[in-house]
This record gives sequence, C-alpha cells and structure tokens, in this order.
Amino acid sequence: MDLVKLYVRSPPAVIGLLLLILVLAMAASADFFYPRDPLALAGRPLIWPFSNPRFLLGTDNSGRDIAAQIFHGARISLLIGGVATVISVMIGITIGALAGYYGSWVDTALMRVTEAFQTLPNFLLLLVLVAVFGSTITTVTVAIGIVSWPASARLTRAEFLSLRNREFVQAGRTLGLKDMRLIFGEILPNALPPVIVYASVVMAIAILLESALAFLKLSDPNVASWGNLIGAGRDVLRVQWYVSAIPGIAILVTVLAVSLVGQGLNDALNPRLKSR
Amino acid sequence: MRVLSLAGRRLAASIPTLILILIGVFLLLQLAPGDTVDAMMAQMGGGDATTARQLREFYGLDLSVWAQLGNYLWRLVRLDLGFSAIYGKPVATVIAERLPATILLMTASLSFAFFFGLILGVVAARGVNKWPDTLISTFGLMFYAMPTFWFGLMAIVVFSIYLQWLPAGGFEDITVSYTGLRRTLDIAQHLVLPTLTLGLFYMAIYLRIMRGSMLEVLNLDFVRTARSKGMDETRVVVRHVLRNALLPMVTLIGLQAGTMLGGSVVVESVFSLPGLGRLAYESVIQRDLNTLLGIVFVSALLVIAVNFIVDLLYARLDPRITTGS
Repeated sequence: MDLVKLYVRSPPAVIGLLLLILVLAMAASADFFYPRDPLALAGRPLIWPFSNPRFLLGTDNSGRDIAAQIFHGARISLLIGGVATVISVMIGITIGALAGYYGSWVDTALMRVTEAFQTLPNFLLLLVLVAVFGSTITTVTVAIGIVSWPASARLTRAEFLSLRNREFVQAGRTLGLKDMRLIFGEILPNALPPVIVYASVVMAIAILLESALAFLKLSDPNVASWGNLIGAGRDVLRVQWYVSAIPGIAILVTVLAVSLVGQGLNDALNPRLKSR
Repeated sequence: MRVLSLAGRRLAASIPTLILILIGVFLLLQLAPGDTVDAMMAQMGGGDATTARQLREFYGLDLSVWAQLGNYLWRLVRLDLGFSAIYGKPVATVIAERLPATILLMTASLSFAFFFGLILGVVAARGVNKWPDTLISTFGLMFYAMPTFWFGLMAIVVFSIYLQWLPAGGFEDITVSYTGLRRTLDIAQHLVLPTLTLGLFYMAIYLRIMRGSMLEVLNLDFVRTARSKGMDETRVVVRHVLRNALLPMVTLIGLQAGTMLGGSVVVESVFSLPGLGRLAYESVIQRDLNTLLGIVFVSALLVIAVNFIVDLLYARLDPRITTGS
C-alpha cells in the first residue's frame, strides 16, 4: 500500500499509468469497435481524417481504415513488446545469475558472450536474424528478445555478486540446499526488483525495434502493425502525411507510457532517490 | 604511456570477442535459406545444375561448414572479406565506398547529442524541479519515446516539403558537381536532418544521465568546500563539477556506439544516404550474405575502436584510473 501511495504522489507516473491504461483499453476494445479485419479494404483510399464520420482517422493509400489499424496495432505492439521483454529478461536473468553466482571461468565465459552481443550493433543482429529465420510475428518477437538481453544480464550479475555471500545464502548453504535452489529460490527474489524496473526500458526498446523493423518492411506484413502503416504512408508522404503521422503518435504515446510507469515504479521502490 | 598500455590491454581483450562474433554470425548465416550461388543464379536468370556445382566449387561452398569457417577466418587475417556476387566487387571495396557517409553521420550525431545533452543536462540540474528542468526533462522524454524514423519523416514533411529549406534525402546534390568548399557545404546541408534525427534520441539519453550525475556531484564535499571558499557558482560548475560529472556520459558513448550504428540503418534508409547501414539493409533484402558478414565485422571493429578512444578519454578525465592497480 505504501508503494501505491508513493507511486501516485508523482504526477508523471500517474500520467504514464493513465496513458498505459488508454493503450490497453484500445487493445482490449479493438474487436468490439472494429470487428472486421483491419487490413481489409474499407473504403475510398486516402480520405483525410475527420472528413468522413465513417472513417474518423481517414484511410491509407490502399483504402484501409487507419483507426482500425491503430486499435488493432495496439494489440500487436503490446504483444510483441511484452513477449519479447519476457524472453529477453528471462535470458538475461539466467545468464546473469549463473555468471554472478559461480564466478571464475563460468563468469568469464558468459561475460565474453554478453560482451559479444553488446559489441555487435543490436539492430544489425536483428537484421541478420530476420534474414535467416524469416519475418513472421513469432520469429520477429523471439529475435527482438534475443538481441536485447545483455543489459539485464549485467544488472542481475551485479546483484548476485553483492548478494551471494550474505548470511542468508550462507545459512542456506549450511542447510545443504542445492545450488539451483539457492540461485532461483533464495537469491533471485532479492535480486529481482531492479531487473523488473529495468524491464520497462527493455519493453520500450522492444516496441521501438519492432516498429523500425516493420517500417523497413522486414516485419510480419500480415498483421496490423503501427510500423507497417508508417512504412506504407511513406509512399504518400508528400501530400497525405497523416498516414505516417498518426501511427507514429500511437508509438510515441505507448513508449512514453511504458517509460513513465517504469520510472514511477523505480522512484516508488527507491524513495531516497526521489528528489533527483 | 601508462594510459596507452591500459587501453591497449583492453583492446587486446576485445579480440576474442570479435572472433566469437564472427564465428557466431557465420554459423547463423549457414542456416539462411539459399546461398550466394543461388542469389547469383537468380540474377543471371537461372542456369543448370552443373554451373551451380562449378560455381560452388569455385567459391569453396562445397566444403564442410567448419572448413568454410576456417577459410573465412584465414582470409580475414589477410584482410580479405571475400567477393560480393551482387555488387560484382570485393566486399572490402563495397564497404569502403559506403563507410564515409556512416562515419560522418555518426560523428555528427554523436557530437550533437553529446554537446546539447551536456548543456541541457547542466541547465536542468542547476534549476532542479523548477520550470527549466521540467521543460527540458519533458522534451527529453518525448524525444526518447519517439521512433527515430518517424521523426525523420515528419522533419522531411516540415523542412523539405512544406518549408523547402533542406533537401529530403541523398548525400549530395548529384545534378551539379561541386568541388572543394562548395561541396562540403552541400554535403553538410544534406546531413542536417539525418544528424538531428539520429542525434535527438541520444541527446535525450545524455541529458538525463548528465542531469543525474550533476545532481550527484553537486552534493559532494569538495563542491561545498569550493563554494565556501567564495567561488561563484559558474566557476564551481565549470572547474569542479563538470569534469567529475562527465564520467558517466563518456562511459555511455562506449556502451552505445553499437546501438547508434544500428540506428543509422533506419536513418540512412529514411534519407537514402549511401552508408553502411543502408548497405546492411540492402544485403538482407538481396541475400548477399558475404557482404552482410563483412558489415558485421566492420561494425564490430568500429565499436571496438570507439571504445578504445573512450578508454583514453576516460583516463584523461579521471587520473585515478591509471594510478590505481
């Protein structure tokens, strides 16, 4: 309860939460407001926003309803962002935990791999993965998860390094607990909070990565993704710039919401840092 | 000298990382559907199985994966990146042609982001929780959350189509051939929007880090001492705080060199700049795997080079690093 009280004291955090609820509501109500396939032809192409009550946000260059694509796109963005974040954080936690707990050569080897992932530009690796495994929604999501884990691995490792010799761990060891039990049952719960907060950053980056990939026409073309719509609007940018502008605002709002909520959680969990 | 040897040791430590990356990506690309010969045959408009076999033999593609990997690494040692079947040139040549635009774009964006991130971070920290701070932090958040390519497109709409101040894309004006200073100005004009597009996102990050690290340093004892000596606030900030607060910023440059290179893929596509990032995109589309692997190698080298410079800078800012251990 204290956490909630601390959280709502910060206006940006509340704004972020409201925006996030808005995006979630859009995702949830997509089928209710726009039950038809958002990628199906709906009317005349390139109707300007607010000029036809049937298409509130207008239509794109092939006559698909932009508002429907925005609502359904919220689902895709949150789905890809959420699942990729879970994958990325899981990989990061496992590698960071093993490296931090065992130390010595395990640590050296795992950190080498982490370094390799950090040296290789992540978007380039994403391009390679998509080139190799194709661009369905599943492969894109997994690929985004694979390129964005190193930071959470480093964070988890740092936590483990400071926790692994604490009394409660030594007590567990004396009781004869197995390594896996100690790592995942005892140390991990204590190491988790900063990693969870960092997950909001991962999610923001994952959403941005997917939209960039879709903009380059390398993501799944068969789903209503905001990035796809921006890419389509690029062909008519000269006059009908709204086709690209509207989905961009949707991405901006979503990433902003996720970042603000993450920041708010961080401040609420570390009240001493709040004044900064 | 000590600084150099320290940074040199860090450089040597990155060689295994580089080899790890190359092996990893090489093996990954073996899983790709179709090889260079398939791409070439498609370009030639098809051919019979014997030609394909001869070509595979010629390029050494009939060997086992491990033998191919060994060959590739051995060629790399002699700085031979192989041959691009799509461009009909050695990969090294193709990359060398594209490298200047990317390096120019990255240097410009990084300088822009660093300089303005620094200034805005200091201004925000000096007036913490007052209106300049709120304003700067809000703008920072906006730019952080904005997809870079979308900002690029909107900048084209406003500055190139509506106001017609700046060119919408390309590296230089190809209808007229300028030389000397006129050409430099022309290229600079073409790079304004790409630099802003790539730089603003990083500026947002830098200003946030700078603000935080300023606030931290401003509370330290030596700052209180400087103030109680009667030093005025500007000199306290410039002489004492800045140097210490810069350390996290410099670390960040090294950490983000890779991300920035990745970001240039998208920005170069938006502004059709003939750079490395766009080459990466094109080689994915055209399945030019040799070139793609070459780009991976060169960009990893670039990131390592940036980190080497960062190490030198860091030691210069903080003498304790070289005296300790």
